[in-house]
Amino acid sequence: MIDIAVVDYGMGNLRSVSKALEHVAPNKKVVVTSDPQHILDAKRVVFPGQGAMPDCMRELESLGLRNAIVKSAASKPFLGICIGLQLLFEHSEEGDANGLGILSGNVNRFAAEAMHDVEGNKLKVPHMGWNQLYQKQAHPIWKDIPDGERFYYVHSYYVKPDDATLVAGVTEYPVQFAGAIAYKNIFAVQFHPEKSQHAGLQLLSNFVRWDGKY
Amino acid sequence: MLAKRIIPCLDVTDGRVVKGVNFLELRDAGDPVEIARRYDEQGADELTFLDITASSDNRGLILHIIEEVASQVFIPLTVGGGVRQVEDVRRLLNAGADKVSINTSAVVNPDLVAEAAGRYGSQCIVVAIDAKQVGLDSMGQPKWEVFTHGGRKETGLDAVEWARKMVGLGAGELLVTSMDRDGTKVGFNLELNKAISDAVDVPIIASGGVGNLQHLVDGVKLGGADAVLAATIFHYGEYTVKQAKEYMRDQGIEVRL
Repeated sequence: MIDIAVVDYGMGNLRSVSKALEHVAPNKKVVVTSDPQHILDAKRVVFPGQGAMPDCMRELESLGLRNAIVKSAASKPFLGICIGLQLLFEHSEEGDANGLGILSGNVNRFAAEAMHDVEGNKLKVPHMGWNQLYQKQAHPIWKDIPDGERFYYVHSYYVKPDDATLVAGVTEYPVQFAGAIAYKNIFAVQFHPEKSQHAGLQLLSNFVRWDGKY
Repeated sequence: MLAKRIIPCLDVTDGRVVKGVNFLELRDAGDPVEIARRYDEQGADELTFLDITASSDNRGLILHIIEEVASQVFIPLTVGGGVRQVEDVRRLLNAGADKVSINTSAVVNPDLVAEAAGRYGSQCIVVAIDAKQVGLDSMGQPKWEVFTHGGRKETGLDAVEWARKMVGLGAGELLVTSMDRDGTKVGFNLELNKAISDAVDVPIIASGGVGNLQHLVDGVKLGGADAVLAATIFHYGEYTVKQAKEYMRDQGIEVRL
């Protein structure tokens, strides 16, 4: 029985994700897999990803993973990370690509004209490094994580859900964007918990113990 | 607010961390896994490993070191040195690196940067630029040239132009090292960093020359760096990463503490 399936669709480095999960759940069976059946059978699913969204969608489709991901996102504890968050939405400005459309909303690029801080200094894109996450609602995934904790981000695009009540946490750069999304059994984050030291490991530890309800 | 990052750098050869002056005169600083763990505990924001192994015989060692560090340290790891083809990038990422730094090979074969960024995403491709001042231009402004092969070979490339080109090909971050300053402890080359930071939109890591904590502050405030990299001041116990961050915070810089 697979406890945690980490979806592998050939995009980026999944070793960090599986290592971090093994670290917080040493007795669970963690499998990095591109087999739809493994994903359907697993008790919980982690959906990571790096790179460009059009390439990610193409790989997901060519591996025949769409159905397994859509079904899992509707039925069991499901954690999206970075592109794995963005892919849940309908459409991305990145390469004018369609996502999986599990959640309503779009993925936008940081607008060039807005990229400066209050003192007028240029802000770089990608948004790379440790930034604060402000919790917008209570959730089991936030257990023992202080409000305003820093997590590690690397991205040039961010999600804008149609339903603002889905936003579980926000981050500022310099606009306020959704750093975390919660919808039923889905929790998804723009940052990389697997690279966010103690706070990130705490989040993953909360996920592997989450029953998918809140 | 996004924090400025402090990145200890571990130059690794034959399985040990070493540090030189102006890229020469190496001295032993310890076991890489132990040092990585220590910096993680002190609050390092990322770690960079540069494989400076001269002989290809020992090249595999860095993979084992990265594997071991990656299973214990959960912050971003960058690895550079001897990356010649996309296959090298893949092997390092599979060993647990989050970003791969490309230096000499980017000059020899710029398409490698495009190919690697296309395959694995810009976020994991760092281009390292080793630059040395080579005089002044017609306006009296300093000119910097890119050097490769550990600083031994001149390329004739202008460092600022080169930075623009590398970002255009897909580099997600630039590691800018002043060879004139490396290991000298007189501070970053702020003009070089500022010139490159102003020329591109991606984050810049300033490197080479840190001797005290004010140098880190200057790198951010005057050099326009998004992250500062240092080796010598941390390796020999002069300062901890935490002390560096507290100092930067007291100077009004946003850091993760």
